[in-house]
Amino acid sequence: MANKNSRQWLITLLGWLVAIILFFPILWMFVTSFKTEVAAVATPPQLFFQPTLENYVAIQERASYFNYAWNSVLISLGATVLALLLAVPAAYAMAFFPTSRTKGTLIWMLSTKMLPPVGVLVPIYILARETGLLDTRIGLVIIYTLINLPIVVWMIYSFFKEVPKDILEADRMDGATTYQELVHVLLPLSLPGIASTALLSIILSWNEAFWSLNLTTYDSAPLTAFIASFSSPQGLFWAKLSAASTMAIAPILIFGWLSQRQLVRGLTFGAVK
Amino acid sequence: MTSSVATTQHSPPPSKKRSRKQIPTLALVAPSVIVLLLWMIVPLVMAIWFSLQRYNLLIPENREFVGLGNFVFILTDPALWTSIGITLILVASVLLITIGLGTLLAVLYNQDFFGRGIARVLAISPFFVMPTVSALIWKNMLMHPVNGLFAQITRGLGLGAIDWFADLPLLSIIIIVSWEWLPFALLILLTAIQSLDTDQLEAARMDGARPLALFRFVVLPHLSRAIAVVAMIETIFFLTIFAEIFVTTGGGPGLATTNLAYYIYLKALLEFDVGGASAGGLIAVVLANLVAIFLVRSVARNLDT
Repeated sequence: MANKNSRQWLITLLGWLVAIILFFPILWMFVTSFKTEVAAVATPPQLFFQPTLENYVAIQERASYFNYAWNSVLISLGATVLALLLAVPAAYAMAFFPTSRTKGTLIWMLSTKMLPPVGVLVPIYILARETGLLDTRIGLVIIYTLINLPIVVWMIYSFFKEVPKDILEADRMDGATTYQELVHVLLPLSLPGIASTALLSIILSWNEAFWSLNLTTYDSAPLTAFIASFSSPQGLFWAKLSAASTMAIAPILIFGWLSQRQLVRGLTFGAVK
Repeated sequence: MTSSVATTQHSPPPSKKRSRKQIPTLALVAPSVIVLLLWMIVPLVMAIWFSLQRYNLLIPENREFVGLGNFVFILTDPALWTSIGITLILVASVLLITIGLGTLLAVLYNQDFFGRGIARVLAISPFFVMPTVSALIWKNMLMHPVNGLFAQITRGLGLGAIDWFADLPLLSIIIIVSWEWLPFALLILLTAIQSLDTDQLEAARMDGARPLALFRFVVLPHLSRAIAVVAMIETIFFLTIFAEIFVTTGGGPGLATTNLAYYIYLKALLEFDVGGASAGGLIAVVLANLVAIFLVRSVARNLDT
């Protein structure tokens, strides 16, 4: 019994140790955001200090912060809505009326994710410039939609596959049209799945950095670009950087915590249950 | 046990009743297929077209057809091969670290212990942090040679400070990317482990299997599919790591952290060499496909479609 008890202790200790080590950089950033700039770089690091909100105030005063944050919100939501509008009908058709080409189409869609962004950076950059979409929110919305579309289709497809076919059959017998069937029966049934898909799409769009860094300068730049601007030497204010970073990741972090269960199913297209 | 057989859903054969729906079905799939097709083909064709020209945005009037000149130039540039090597090292080592550690941690978090739910939420958090932020935290607050926490700790121990990005640049990037992606591997593998049939484990334990043997012969085979999925998704992302390098080392010192993505970025947006960058981009497409084809094939076979 004593042996089992000590084993239990060891597991608890290890589990928490690993959690704290992995979480530590985020925690450290969070703590630093409440320090003064002087305290933030103090040697040795201060564990006890008078917390201050001055960094958050300073970030608020830099009105541009909200410009970036607003861009992040609009672009993530826009790309997610657009991807869902394209993906739901496609996933519906493929899940309930599969043909011999369905599996091939799905795999082909996923394979477009294999196209490395750098491989097409120059053409996309030039296309965006020629069409006036460079440094616009619409430009990023279009690109994020296309980047996420394959994963969104796959996820919704795998959620639709789990809806019992009988329910739809019964409904169709009653004379429901395709539209009625989709909106009144299928969508309510698979709402949790669609919600977690939307969540993942928002997370991926919110955190995407390659295209946002390369296609935006100021007007449409989201938080990923804002934060990256702190990497220049004159931007080196750790406490303010920490405050800005905390504000940049907090919404997504909380989203992630709340949706971790559903995310797994989505992320692996239901291959891991 | 028999009940599961009785309730198994047999999907009705798709044909027959479909005639009424055939046109809507095609129309429903078409928008997604068309936009993805355009997204794939238009830039690729453009890249091929540009790659055959001398085309520098700084001297646009000097534009002319040079055939395979850009490819010859790029393929004989030692920096390209260095960057391909760095790309492969980066992908392989982070895959190894995240999947290896992820498996061990999944076993750990599969045990019941006090506060496990909270500990797990904390452990998977790095996955949700945007790459630019995590790169900045590591660069400035942890790995900074003067004020970074690591330096302060090692100096406190009398070991002196390590200038991470100057002395161990590639390792630094590997650590940062591993930190970001270990939670992802942990999350997926933990879910997979939880679906393991406990009866089977119990039976093996009754037969006298030691924990190590249980892990090797029961748990690991059960995880193989999840590991394949993790490897595939991670590879897609690792081949194109950009933000972490952009924010921390800028590809340096020298070329020490210039992966293929960053090499093309340097060509395109710093040297404005559209022709050369396009040729490099096409090489990246080929490389990604070589790596990916094999991965997708093996995973797609396992997917339930």
